[in-house]
Amino acid sequence: MNKKNQSEQSSKGHSLWSDAWMRIKKNKMAVASLVILFTIGVLCFVVPMLPIIPDPNSQNLNNTFLSPNKNHWLGTDQSGRDLLARLLYGGQISLLVGIVATTVSVFIGLIYGSIAGYIGGKTDGLMMRIVDILYGLPFLVLVILFSLLISEHAQELTGDLVSRWPNQEVFIKKFINLVPLFIAIGALGWLTMARVARAQVLSLKKQEFVEAAVSLGLSHRRILMRHIMPNMLGPIIVYATLTVPGFVLTEATLSFLGLGVESPNSSWGILLSEGANYMETYPRLLIIPSITFSLTLLALNFLGDGLRDALDPKAAKD
Amino acid sequence: MLRTIVSRLLQGIVVVFCLLLITFVLVRLMPGDPFSGEKAHSAHIIEKNKERFHLDKPNSEQFVVYLGLLAQGEMGDSPVKEQPVAKIIRQSFPASLILGIAGMIIAILIGIPAGILSALRKNSYIDYGTMVIAMAGISIPSFVVAPLLAGQIATRIPLLKVAGWGDPFDWVLPAITLGLGTAAYLARITRGGMLEVLNQDYIRTAHAKGVHPAMVVTKHAIRGGIIPAVAYIGPAFAALITGSFIIETIFQVPGMGQHFVNATKDRDYFLLQGVVILFGTLIVFANLAADIVLAMLNPRVRS
Repeated sequence: MNKKNQSEQSSKGHSLWSDAWMRIKKNKMAVASLVILFTIGVLCFVVPMLPIIPDPNSQNLNNTFLSPNKNHWLGTDQSGRDLLARLLYGGQISLLVGIVATTVSVFIGLIYGSIAGYIGGKTDGLMMRIVDILYGLPFLVLVILFSLLISEHAQELTGDLVSRWPNQEVFIKKFINLVPLFIAIGALGWLTMARVARAQVLSLKKQEFVEAAVSLGLSHRRILMRHIMPNMLGPIIVYATLTVPGFVLTEATLSFLGLGVESPNSSWGILLSEGANYMETYPRLLIIPSITFSLTLLALNFLGDGLRDALDPKAAKD
Repeated sequence: MLRTIVSRLLQGIVVVFCLLLITFVLVRLMPGDPFSGEKAHSAHIIEKNKERFHLDKPNSEQFVVYLGLLAQGEMGDSPVKEQPVAKIIRQSFPASLILGIAGMIIAILIGIPAGILSALRKNSYIDYGTMVIAMAGISIPSFVVAPLLAGQIATRIPLLKVAGWGDPFDWVLPAITLGLGTAAYLARITRGGMLEVLNQDYIRTAHAKGVHPAMVVTKHAIRGGIIPAVAYIGPAFAALITGSFIIETIFQVPGMGQHFVNATKDRDYFLLQGVVILFGTLIVFANLAADIVLAMLNPRVRS
């Protein structure tokens, strides 16, 4: 039974995914976006390990505002730091925020929305009212409040961890400082995902194969996990992809306002805000991060759009 | 209709109340308080100040006191700025409102015609071009556009200034920056709505009757086609007014955005609460207004 069920699912899943892959391949913008994102990913996460990239935080006050040259391919900034290195390391943080926060939000939204949709009735009504209320709250206000709140506890945690593993101090400090941001964005950004998941469960619940599973006497957990979840993966992936650029943007906005990632750590938001100070004298410091950042968001949005056309043709309207 | 409006307003009050409660609790959970800022005071003065703002009492009691203030139509004083919150908001809200309205007008003027044109020329180069530009408009954030506009355009046109808020010419650049992103969303949504309508039977009937194609579009298609756009405009307008603080920072507009960010940084509890109440109320009214307009455009929504 178990085996048969699995093979059935995988053959059905296979055709859905291969169909989707066919459709994606025809969408030139989506393919281009995929290539761009892959390149940016490699540049940000793999290339910095190579010795050719200098330390992004090493300052040299004799070398401020250098134009691009042999040693500094994109020049240096106001503290003599290498712009390319800061761009790549900043990209790590910006992309990580997008990915981690999206994962958190998908996790919460998926569970919340499927439970609301599956139970239905008054529970559903109450759960979705809560979502409605949270929707009315200004997202950025709450993210700021929430991340400040968590960061206090994160600082205690940093102290603990550093005393335990003193040789990892730099690494711990770098990432623990980001955790509040991850959690705050993810913990508040799951609302749309919950609505999508609920709508999916509601429509799937009425279909024959779920009724069959119910009449076979399967447990609720099994019905949800084995029969409903696999069928809603498409829309979930689509909305997750479309969420990533929004969260990357949130991080950049917060950092731009001085409320997100803190210097000397770099993120694209920080580079943009620092670059904006020198836009008239050294426009390069603003324009290079602007192009990188915008290109990434553009590619993410086009990829999300392409995925939606491929996986969820009915929703491909706006 | 009236019943719906009343019930929506009641719901709105609940939303604003929840928003206030959440802000109230979160801001007090944060480390520090309004008096832990840069100004170093003696412990005695801090005690006095806390007493004055009831900050020495338990949170629940503070909340009751604050609700009492609101009931009398007051918002208390800002402990950091030492001014009534209502006064600070009165002074800064007009700039945010003007900026929001100007931004929305620009967004509508660009976005809706672009979306309609795109839909009418579906799958043409005009369509692809418009949609790629729209996607760029969505993807490129205002804090990238703003410095570029300020650096490249304001320095070349004598009437425009890089920053400031003196005469109406100063509204131009911030409003354009603010409106572009919304224009891009509007273009996409309008296109989708128009495409949906253009495939409907009544449009074909109108064509078959020999109605002039331009009349079919203006009289029949647009009315239904811009419904999704109108649904988007309401909340987007609230978002423009409440979310313009990045642009306000860059162009040094004396709006509410600065207070919002600074109040959070300074732990200025009362100012933050006041701003949040205003933002929440705005969002509620904007959504309600959008729904009323929708009901007027589309009789089917009314039931």
